Amino acid sequence: MNHVDIQPRIPEPELMYSGHLACPGCGASLAMRYALKALGKNTMVIIPACCWSIIAGPFPYSALDVPIYHTAFETAAAVASGMKAALDQLGKSDVTVMAWAGDGGTYDIGFQALSGAAERNEDFLYVCYDNEAYMNTGIQRSSSTPFGAWTTTTPENHTKERPKKDIVGILAAHRIPYLATVSVAYPEDFIRKFQKAKSIRGMKFIEILSPCPPGWKTADDQSIRISRLAVESRIFPLLEIEHGEKYTLNLEPEGISVRDYLEAQGRFKKLSEKDVEHIQKEVDRKWEALKKRIS
Amino acid sequence: MKKVMMGNHAVSYGARLSRVDVIAAYPITPQTQIVEELSELCADGKMDAKFIKVESEHSAMASCMGASAAGGRAFTATSSQGLALMHELLHFSSGGRLPIVMANVNRALGPGWNIWTEQTDSLAQRDTGWLQFYCENNQEVLDTVIMSYKIAEQLSLPVMLVLDAFILSHTYEIVDIPEQELIDSYLPPYKPEIKMDVDNPHAFGALVTPDHYFEIRYKLQETMDKAAEVARKAGEEYGELVGRPYDIVEPYMLDDADVVIVAAGTLVSNSRAVINEYREKGIKVGLLKLRMFRPFPTKRVRELLAGKKKIAVIDRNISFGATGIFYQELKAALYGHGNGAGSPNIFGFIIGLGGRDVTLEDIAEIVDYTLEKEKNEEDIIWMGLKR
Repeated sequence: MNHVDIQPRIPEPELMYSGHLACPGCGASLAMRYALKALGKNTMVIIPACCWSIIAGPFPYSALDVPIYHTAFETAAAVASGMKAALDQLGKSDVTVMAWAGDGGTYDIGFQALSGAAERNEDFLYVCYDNEAYMNTGIQRSSSTPFGAWTTTTPENHTKERPKKDIVGILAAHRIPYLATVSVAYPEDFIRKFQKAKSIRGMKFIEILSPCPPGWKTADDQSIRISRLAVESRIFPLLEIEHGEKYTLNLEPEGISVRDYLEAQGRFKKLSEKDVEHIQKEVDRKWEALKKRIS
Repeated sequence: MKKVMMGNHAVSYGARLSRVDVIAAYPITPQTQIVEELSELCADGKMDAKFIKVESEHSAMASCMGASAAGGRAFTATSSQGLALMHELLHFSSGGRLPIVMANVNRALGPGWNIWTEQTDSLAQRDTGWLQFYCENNQEVLDTVIMSYKIAEQLSLPVMLVLDAFILSHTYEIVDIPEQELIDSYLPPYKPEIKMDVDNPHAFGALVTPDHYFEIRYKLQETMDKAAEVARKAGEEYGELVGRPYDIVEPYMLDDADVVIVAAGTLVSNSRAVINEYREKGIKVGLLKLRMFRPFPTKRVRELLAGKKKIAVIDRNISFGATGIFYQELKAALYGHGNGAGSPNIFGFIIGLGGRDVTLEDIAEIVDYTLEKEKNEEDIIWMGLKR
C-alpha cells in the first residue's frame, strides 16, 4: 500500500469513554462522541432528564471527560443561561456551554425555557438529539413523534395522527445566529457544524436525528443506514440557517422514496399504502418549500 | 449611609452589597420592585452582575442553579405562585448543595387571586432543604440578604429570606446601608470547593442508586444540624462588624413571662407593641421571635420556653387538614421528649389570611384569650373569622 498523507477530518481525541450505558446501536451515544470531538475539552455539558441521564453513568462514575451538570427535565436552556452568565462574570467566557437534551426535553417540557433562551440570544449551544419519542421511559409519543409511528401511547391500532412538530422552523422564527441539522451518518458535516457553532456568539441550536433501535424497532447495526436513508429520502434535510434568514442546504440528495426509510423500521409497519403516499406528499411539499428558502 | 426605602429595595441593596454575580428573576406582585431596582443598578453600572430576565420563575431558579454550579454567586426573588412554580427546583438546588439566596415576599396563593400577605407560600416549602429566615422590618431585610450568603456558602445550602407583602415590601422605612468595605470583609468572594470546572471534570447530580442516595440525604440533614450554630455565629459576627447583631430566635421580655407569644415576620412588631402595653399594666407577657424557621431552632426553643405555662402561637398561614404551621412545629419541638408533665399549654391562633389586617387589638385579644383559658381546647383558634 502506498502511504498517503491524509489529514483526519474527525478529531482524534476521545472525550467519551467506553463503559457508558447506551443501548447497542444508540444514535445518541455516537452523536455525543462526535460532538465532544468537535467541541474539545473546554466544554461544559448540561443534561436534563433524558436517555443521556443514564448513558453518562451513575454516581460516582462518568463516561465523559468534561464536566456534566445533570438537571431537571424542563431546565436545560435555563441552566445553560445561568451557567454561561456566571462563566462570563468569572472571566471564563472561552468555555463552551452545551445543553444536551432529548426531544421530550426540547419539543415538549423544556420548550418554554428553550424559547426564552433563544429570544434572549443566550450564548450557548443547545443540542437536541431527537429519537422521536420518550425513549428513556419506554417509548411514549412526544410532539416530535412523526405521523404514523407506533409508540406505547400511540398503539398499533391508533398510531400518531399529527405530524412531527417543526422545531427547526420554530427556532428559525426566533432568528438565532445559528441553527443546523446533523446526522450521525455524515460525520464530517456533523463535526464541521459543531465547530462552526462553537465559533459563533449567541444562541446556537443543532438538531440531530438520532436512531433508537428499541424505540424504532430496528436491528442494532442499522442506525447509520437508517440515518442515511432519512437524509436520502429528504425526510431529514441537512441544512444550516443563519439569523433565521440565510438557509443553506448542505446536501442535495436525489430523493429516494420515503418507503425505503419507513420500511426499514418496525415502528412504521402498520402504515397503509395511503399513509405512505401521504408521507411522501408531505416530504415533497416541505422539500419544495425549503428549496424556495435557499439563498 | 441612611436612606428611606421600601422593603423591596432593601432586598435589592442587600444583593448589591453581597456582590452577586448572576441575578435571574421574573416579575410578580408584590416582588416587582426588587427586580426593577436590580435592573436599574445593573444598567447604571452600579452593580457588576449579569441579570438574566428569564421567562418564568422555574427558569429563574434553574438559571441560578447553573450560575451557582459554575461558581458564581446567584440571586433571585419571587413570591407566592412563583415560589410554588419553583418548588421542584427548590429540591434540586438544595440537593445539589448550591448556596443560592432568594428573597420571597410572603403572599397568599390563589384562587381567587390575592396579592396580599400570608405565610403559607414559604412555609409550604419547609421540606425542600432550604434554610428560611423571616424578617420583621426593612433593616432586617437588607441585613438578612447579606447574612444569608454568609450562611449559605459555609453550609453549601440555599437560603430563603422572607418579608411580608406590602407591610414590608411596599412600606418605606429608614434603612442604614453599611459601607461596602465593611460587607466585603464580612462576606469574602465565593470560592466553592467543587464546581463545574473543565480542568477537573465531575458529573453533578448523576443517577444515584439506593446504594448511595440514603447517605447523600443523610449528609444534607447532617449539614442542617450544623446550620443553627452557623447562622447564630453569622448574626453575631454581623453585629460585631456592622453594629446590629441578630440571632436565630430572639426573646423579648421572656424571662418572667406567664404568657409567651411566638410569632414571625411583621406579626412580631405588633406583638411587641401589645406586650409593652400589658407590661405597663403589670401583666407578664413575653415574646419569642422566630427569625429562623428552617432548620427549626428546636434546641433554642426548648431552652427558652422551658417551664413556661402558656404559649400563644400566631400563624398567618394554614396547613389544610392540620393546623397553623408554626403551631405544629412548635408543638413538635416541645413535646415527645419525656417532658409531658408540666409541659406548656400551646394555643394556636390563625389570623390575617390573605392579607386581612392584624391590628394591635387583635393581638391583645389573643393575649386575653390565652390568659383566660386554663387549657387549650382546640387546635385552631380562628381570629377575626366572619362566621
